[in-house]
Amino acid sequence: MIEAILVEGLIYGIMVLGVFITFRVLDFPDLTVDGSFPLGAALMVQCILLGTNIWVALLVAFIGGVLAGVTTALIHNHLKVPNLLAGILTMTMLYSINIRIMGNRANVPVLKEETILSKVSELFSGILPDEYIILIFFVIVVGIIKVLVDLFFRTDLGMTIGAMGNNEQMVISQGVNPKTLKTIGVGLSNGLVAISGAFAAQYLGFADVGLGQGIVVTGLASVMIGEFLVMKSNRIGVLTICAVAGSIIFHGVMYLGRYYGYLIEMTPNDLNLIKGLLIIVLLIVTQSKKLKKFSIMAMVNK
Amino acid sequence: MIALRNVSMVFNPGTVNENQAISTINLRVKAGDFITVIGSNGAGKSTLFNLIAGTIIPTEGSLSLNGRTITHEPEYKRARYIGRIFQNPLLGTASNMSLEDNMMITYKKGFKWLKRSLNNRMRDYFRSELTQLKMGLEERMKENLSMFSGGQRQALTLLMMVLSKPDLILLDEHTAALDPKNAQIVLELTHKFIREYKLTSMMITHNMSHAIEFGNRLLMMDKGEIIFDVEGEEKQALTVEKLIEKFHQIRHKSFENDRTLLSVE
Repeated sequence: MIEAILVEGLIYGIMVLGVFITFRVLDFPDLTVDGSFPLGAALMVQCILLGTNIWVALLVAFIGGVLAGVTTALIHNHLKVPNLLAGILTMTMLYSINIRIMGNRANVPVLKEETILSKVSELFSGILPDEYIILIFFVIVVGIIKVLVDLFFRTDLGMTIGAMGNNEQMVISQGVNPKTLKTIGVGLSNGLVAISGAFAAQYLGFADVGLGQGIVVTGLASVMIGEFLVMKSNRIGVLTICAVAGSIIFHGVMYLGRYYGYLIEMTPNDLNLIKGLLIIVLLIVTQSKKLKKFSIMAMVNK
Repeated sequence: MIALRNVSMVFNPGTVNENQAISTINLRVKAGDFITVIGSNGAGKSTLFNLIAGTIIPTEGSLSLNGRTITHEPEYKRARYIGRIFQNPLLGTASNMSLEDNMMITYKKGFKWLKRSLNNRMRDYFRSELTQLKMGLEERMKENLSMFSGGQRQALTLLMMVLSKPDLILLDEHTAALDPKNAQIVLELTHKFIREYKLTSMMITHNMSHAIEFGNRLLMMDKGEIIFDVEGEEKQALTVEKLIEKFHQIRHKSFENDRTLLSVE
């Protein structure tokens, strides 16, 4: 059970890193995610079925995600559409595109095909049980992605993107076009989300158009849980590890809901309600935490 | 150096909210000028700065810098040679980033690439420049800017802008939101930097004695027009009383103009 939670948490953790970049670093609430997650899954599965090299397939999924994010950013930048609406537009269009990619089907299985996961477990079979091989594999993959994201946000470009989320005027005053930065940031974020979708499809054994439903909410809830874990930090390395940890905790809660929910007569259909309520509870707790801080400060000032 | 020719700015043209913010301004800023700009609220001072900085594009007229037309150049491109400091001290720096990160971002203008420029050599350079502010900031390089006061942040913004060596700097009441002590410090730093780095600058102020004390040229604005433009010895001879007298004299006249206009209708 615990390996399953960890693996799921790690796979979706890549998506959570993407959501963290848009919502927290860029301050750009991006809903493209609901479409780019199944896009990554669809591209991966279709490439596998076509017999493409599986690493090339992963790259294709990443590029697909980047293009989806860039589309949202371009709609927002050039048509002066609010970012939420731009994301919804791309997400809606992606629904049709995803079905097209999967050859006019809503669900495509890859259970019998060779995937990255089947290859990895084949390579190390006998040394460790399958579940642990997969777990170790994802610890490494997510670790690499996390480090790459950290490194990116420590470069001059990454730091400027971070500054833009905080203060757009400052970036303009530095002679940088904020539109370009938004395009890069949202593109990168959706690329990560698509990679997450590609791994999810291989882990689940199928790609499905419905895979992305409520992904933004999952991502946001995970980010918020992660932020709960530590005091406010400005170190990108701390923030990204929190995002991944938040994803694991979130999937732990969802796992419990799925397997033991029947005890309180909960069905899997209630999970979306639970996700939403979880976010609301987190918001309330964060608010009261802030209020407490203010009241303490007010007392000190007196 | 920078020249405005017949520049007009009308907001919401053709609607009931139509507002002529700037009417046919001609202005020529020479290299090395330090111009103070005064005028009541709604006189068009900030609109004038917005036009020069490129935040808004004029409805009529043209702007040029060193002979090159820049009327339609977007704000972020002009920012490479026009530095600007706002009244709000939070607008120049990013609160959730450390001092050294902020300095790295503001160190060089233009697009940043996938390169990590912040190294110990840069840190030493930043530290030595920060000592100019005499605020002890050089000891707080890793701290988040949200921990700094408005005065410290405004002084930092000023320092970083100066180091990028812009052709023209626009100071939009940059001390108005600070407490009197910090305002004095930032103002003195401004004066020091402008002299040391020989910067061409324009400064909006509500303080008439500052407008007289600083700079070699003074502009008075009212209702979207430059109504008074003095420089050199004539400016040095100004006093607050003379300025107020001038202000009343011209305002009174324009008030009468308004009345005649109204009575005609």
